[in-house]
Amino acid sequence: MENILEVKGLTMDFGGLRAVDSVDLYVKPKEIVALIGPNGAGKTTFFNCVTGIYTPTKGDILVNSNRGGVRINGFKPNRVTERGLARTFQNIRLFPNMTVLENVMIGKHCRLSAKIFGALFRDKKTRAEELKAAQECYVILEKLGLEKTCDELASNLPYGDQRKLEIARALATEPKMLLLDEPAAGMNPQETVDLTHLIRMIRDTEQIAILLIEHDMKLVMNLSERIYVMDHGQKIADGTPVEIRNNPEVIKAYLGEDIDA
Amino acid sequence: MDYFLELFLGGLTRGSIYALIALGYTMVYGIVQLINFAHGEIYMIGAFTALIVASVLTIFGLNSAAILVIATAAAIVYSSAYGYTVEKIAYKPLRNAPRLSPLISAIGMSIFLQNYVLLAQTSDFLPFPRLIPEFAFMEPVSHIFSSAELVIVVTTMVVMVLLTVFIKFTNIGKAMRATAQDKTMALLIGIDVDRVISVTFIIGSSLAALGGVLIANHIGQINFYIGFIAGIKAFTAAVLGGIGSIPGAVLGALILGWTESFATGYVSSDYEDVFAFALLVLILIFRPAGLLGKSETKKV
Repeated sequence: MENILEVKGLTMDFGGLRAVDSVDLYVKPKEIVALIGPNGAGKTTFFNCVTGIYTPTKGDILVNSNRGGVRINGFKPNRVTERGLARTFQNIRLFPNMTVLENVMIGKHCRLSAKIFGALFRDKKTRAEELKAAQECYVILEKLGLEKTCDELASNLPYGDQRKLEIARALATEPKMLLLDEPAAGMNPQETVDLTHLIRMIRDTEQIAILLIEHDMKLVMNLSERIYVMDHGQKIADGTPVEIRNNPEVIKAYLGEDIDA
Repeated sequence: MDYFLELFLGGLTRGSIYALIALGYTMVYGIVQLINFAHGEIYMIGAFTALIVASVLTIFGLNSAAILVIATAAAIVYSSAYGYTVEKIAYKPLRNAPRLSPLISAIGMSIFLQNYVLLAQTSDFLPFPRLIPEFAFMEPVSHIFSSAELVIVVTTMVVMVLLTVFIKFTNIGKAMRATAQDKTMALLIGIDVDRVISVTFIIGSSLAALGGVLIANHIGQINFYIGFIAGIKAFTAAVLGGIGSIPGAVLGALILGWTESFATGYVSSDYEDVFAFALLVLILIFRPAGLLGKSETKKV
């Protein structure tokens, strides 16, 4: 399996409501893919299924991690993260009472081997491992330009930086693929341009794939190599930005049908 | 002045014990938003375990300091096992249930454990041997502050410092704070939340067991019901300080200890509980979130 993520026939029911209806999707390594669609199309539900918050009703989610291809349906979220998928949220969900560095360090947690014994007795190996983790986290913060705010409480950061910090924390889990849920939500046009550069830079330096949900079409069209469009839980189109822009189905989903047509 | 000092130090000792137990309440509440009413029983089981181990070791003729250390260690291990198991049996299956369900389950667990010890052991008060030796250097002040009290206060302080360091600097401590702040997000960045919850219960139970051994040694007798009273008092302390807050639990416990001690000394020992709970009522009226607690704002 060469795809980093492969989703086949994913279906999610909430009682009688089918929020996601047999959606297929794949992401290749180092690819930037966007998932778009009107409000309530099921995009975030799709993310929640992939990251293990929901267990899908039907379908397969296959991940090509460094431990080989695995079906991850019904894995607990922390197991999914260990397999190399990291995500951010639409609304910011940092740990507000921790410092910036601590927030990133927490992301490293699943990659540390230290057990309770080590934590209590703080042997040489544990200390060395913690120091290395702290250094790596600092490097990530430097990359995102947050290193000066290291010791600030996360809740004291300006909005744009909090968004960046969420990405930094996700990167600390050493993902193969980053899932960003509306990363540009609430940003002004300049911040959105910066974010576009940032996401591309992350893909280039970290060599990871990125799947993002976004409503800002400028960002989506500039950034993504392929686009999936969802409406009413179903995938209605996929292709390159140019194909999507000219797809009548997509235009219909976003703008509604012309009365004369 | 001596009398005041005696009451002050007595209150400090009481407060230390309450703090050890209150930490278990507050840590568990911080992580899973559950009042673990079975926590007092864990403390009582700790005291019983120490008594049994100490009785056996006395037969072998060990010196009292060695007995104290071994008995305390045994109590901590045994109580932790109970705390861990109670969480797995009574709370984990109810994690996504309405908040009232695990609360009722906790009360059930408390009643179960009390009656289990009542049946397995006895309903009588059992004498607990005095294992803490009288230190020679405490001789001049022993009329107002005994060696046992000194050991209780010092042990509690050391434990508090260790716990603070553990939570502030270790990975598992960081994971605990993260889990307390946002459980779903903690899961998503790869923290095994079930394990964090287990560790929290184990730490809380260990502290309660330590408190159980120290107080039993100080008072000199135990029975199956001591967990209830101590549990209620420690719970009061945790609420006083702001449930969920670790420094709050310690502060609340000390204030409660002093209130009781001075009420006993200057008014009457009959009024000990009246003052303790009147304080609780006043705090709940004027600062419902407790002294160091943050008031929860709910989005509507």
